[in-house]
Amino acid sequence: MWHATRRLWQHRVLVYTLVVRELKARYRGSMLGFLWSFINPLMLLGVYTFVFTYVLIPMRGEGTDPFALYLFCGLLPWTWFSGALAEAANSLLTGGSLIKKIIFPAEVLPMVSVLSNGVNFLLGLPVYLAFWIIFKPQSVSLHVLWLPAVFLVQMLFTLAFALFLSALTVHYRDVRDLLGNILTLWFFGSPVIYPLSLAEQNDPGGWAPLVLQLNPMTHIIEGYHAAIFAGEMIHWRRLGLTAVLSGVLFIAAYSFFDRLRDSFTEEI
Amino acid sequence: MKNSVPVSTVERPAIRVSDVTKRYRRIAQSHRFLTLKSAFVGGNLFKLLRPDEVFTALDGVSLEVGHGETFGVIGANGAGKSTLMKIVAGTTKPTDGCVALDGKISALIELGAGFHPEISGRENVYINGIMLGLSRREIEERFEDIVAFAELEEFIDTPVKNYSSGMYMRLGFSVAIHVDPDILVIDEVLAVGDEAFVHKCLDKIGEFKRRGKTILLVTHGMETVRQLCDRAAWINHGAVAALGDPVRVVDQYLDWVAKQEESEIMRAERDRIAAAATGDGTPADVTEIPRQTDASVDAPYESGRWGSGEVQIDEARFLDADNTAGHVFSTGDEMTIELVYRAMKSVKDFVFGIGIFNANGVSCYGTNTDIERYRPAELVGSGTIRIRIPAINLVAGTYYLDVAVHRRDGNPYDYHRGLYSFRLNSEIGDVGVARLPHAWEFDDGVRWDVLGGIDRRAAVSDNDG
Repeated sequence: MWHATRRLWQHRVLVYTLVVRELKARYRGSMLGFLWSFINPLMLLGVYTFVFTYVLIPMRGEGTDPFALYLFCGLLPWTWFSGALAEAANSLLTGGSLIKKIIFPAEVLPMVSVLSNGVNFLLGLPVYLAFWIIFKPQSVSLHVLWLPAVFLVQMLFTLAFALFLSALTVHYRDVRDLLGNILTLWFFGSPVIYPLSLAEQNDPGGWAPLVLQLNPMTHIIEGYHAAIFAGEMIHWRRLGLTAVLSGVLFIAAYSFFDRLRDSFTEEI
Repeated sequence: MKNSVPVSTVERPAIRVSDVTKRYRRIAQSHRFLTLKSAFVGGNLFKLLRPDEVFTALDGVSLEVGHGETFGVIGANGAGKSTLMKIVAGTTKPTDGCVALDGKISALIELGAGFHPEISGRENVYINGIMLGLSRREIEERFEDIVAFAELEEFIDTPVKNYSSGMYMRLGFSVAIHVDPDILVIDEVLAVGDEAFVHKCLDKIGEFKRRGKTILLVTHGMETVRQLCDRAAWINHGAVAALGDPVRVVDQYLDWVAKQEESEIMRAERDRIAAAATGDGTPADVTEIPRQTDASVDAPYESGRWGSGEVQIDEARFLDADNTAGHVFSTGDEMTIELVYRAMKSVKDFVFGIGIFNANGVSCYGTNTDIERYRPAELVGSGTIRIRIPAINLVAGTYYLDVAVHRRDGNPYDYHRGLYSFRLNSEIGDVGVARLPHAWEFDDGVRWDVLGGIDRRAAVSDNDG
C-alpha cells in the first residue's frame, strides 16, 4: 500500500488534472452542469419517496423520519460507489489510447473514476447538509466531524474494487455487463432504502441480518446515517474493521492490478 | 544468426537496446472462459492465463544509438519496427532483454493521444503536456510556442472535437515536440500529415538534430532516411538484418524488397501460365477469332492462351542489360523481351507481336513484325526472338505482356494474353503512362537551391560509387 500511495502521490498532478478534465467534460454542453450530481440522486429520491410514502408505508423502519432525508443520506454515497465502479470497470478500455501510446501509469485511470465521482459526491453534500439542518435541526451535533473518516473508508474500499474490476475487465469484458446486476443486488443488500434495524427486527438471528453485517458497505452507509442523519456517535469498531478490511482489499487489488499490468497494452 | 552486435564508438549511448525479445500471446476466448471458471474455483489466474498462440515480434534485437545521432529504422510492415519503438518509448515491456536510456525521452507515436474531445484545445494542451511529463509551469512557459507552431491561435479555446484531423495532429505534434526531450522517438507520424505540415515537422526534426539531440526515426520514406539519418537499421522478421551507413542499409532493404516482388510476380505468372495451358501444353483451339481489342480503360484484363498451334510460343522472358532474366526493373532500364518459339511445321504466313498493358488494362505500347513491314518468308524449327528496348520509359507500376504469333490476317497460331508481367520501380513519382525523354531549361532569372531532374539520382549514385 505504501508503494501504491507513493505512486499516487508522484502522479498527483496528473490525477488532479484528469479528475478536473473528467468533471469538466462530463457536464460540458449541459445547462445545469454540476448540479446534475445533485439532481440525479434527487430524482431517485423522488421515486423511492413515492414508493415508501404511498405504497410501502409499513415497510419503513423506525428512526427514519423524515424518510426522504434518511433515504438521501444513503443514496448520495451509494451513487458515488456505484457510479465510480461502473466507470472504473471501463476506465482502462476507454483510456486505452493513453496506456498504449504513451508512458502512462495505468492505475491512475480507475483512481480518477473513483475520485471524480467522489468530487461529485462532495458537491452534493453541502446541499444535503442544508436540508438536514432545516428539516432535522435537533439531530445536528458534533458527531458530524466523523464524516471525513467515513468518507475516507469509503474511498479506500471503492478504490480497491475499482482497481480490481478495471484490471479484470481488460481480460473479461463480461464484467461490464455483470457489474450492473451485481450493483443492483448490492444496493438492496445495503441499508440505503431501509434501516439496518428493520432487517434485525424482521428476521432476528436469521441469515439476512448476518449478510448485512458482513457487507462492508452496510457499515459505511450506517456511518453516514449516524454522522449526518441521526447525529449519533458512529459505530467506530465496525467502521474501523471495515477500514482494515478495505486496506487489505486495496493491497490485494493493487498487487492483482500490478501483476496484470503488463498485459494491458496487449489486450486493450 | 540471432543478433548482430553493433560496434559502438560512443561510451554512453543515448539508447541501448540489449538483446530485446518480444513475444505477443494470444489467448483464445473459449480458453479464457475456462480460465475464469477455474480461477474462481480455486486456481491461479496468472498461471492459468496461458497463451494459445505465441507470435515473436522481436527476436534478440540489440542496438545502440549515440548521443546526438539520428538513427533510422526501416523494414517491411509487420517486421517489428513499431514494437521496437514502443519498447524504447517504454509503453510496452520486452519479454526478454532490456532498454537503457540516457536522457529525457518523448515519443511521437500517436499524436494527441489522450486528447479529450469535449474540452478546449487550451485545456488539452495542459493535460497532454502533464501526461508527457511536463510541469504546469513548463507548459505555461511554452504555451505560446505550442499554439503558434500548431497554427491554432484562433481555435485554441474551441473543443477539440470540432478540430479537423489536421488541426488535431498539429496540436498533438506541437505538444510532443515542445516537451523538449533529449531523445525523440518518431514512428511514422510523418506519413499522415499534409505536405506543408510534414515539411514543418521535418524542419523541426532538423532543428533537433542541429541542437545535438538524439532521434530515433521509423519511416517508410527511404529518401528521409538517406538524407536525415547518420545510421540506420533494417529490421526484418523481428531481427536486425542490416545496420550501419543509411545509404547502404536502404540499398540492402530495397534489394530485398525487389527480390520479394520478383518472387511474387513469378509466382503469379506461373499460376497464370498453368491456368492458361491445356493438358498437353498446347494452345486451346480457337473457337472465336480474337479481335484486336483496343483495350479500354477499366476493361477487365483476363489472361488466357489460345490459337491453332502450328507455331507455339513456349516461353517469354524479360532480360536486363546483363541478359539476366527478372521481373523487376527501373524506369529507364534496358529491357529485352525474349520469346522461345517452336514451329510444328514450315509456315509461310507469320507475324510476331507484343503488347504491353498496365494494371488498368490500358495498352501502353504494342507492335508486331507486320506493322514494322517485315515480310515473312518462312518459319521453321525452333529458336528465340528478342525485342530489345534500350530504355523502358514507362512510369512505375505493374505491367502485363501479351505475346503472339499469328497469320497476317490476324488468325492466331498462339496467343498469350496477359500471362507475363513485370514491375517497374521509379524513385521519381512522375505520372501518366510513359516517361517522355525530356530536359528542363531555365533562364537566368530562375534559380534553384538544388538542381533536380530525372537524371539527378543516377548522377548522384555515380558519384557515390
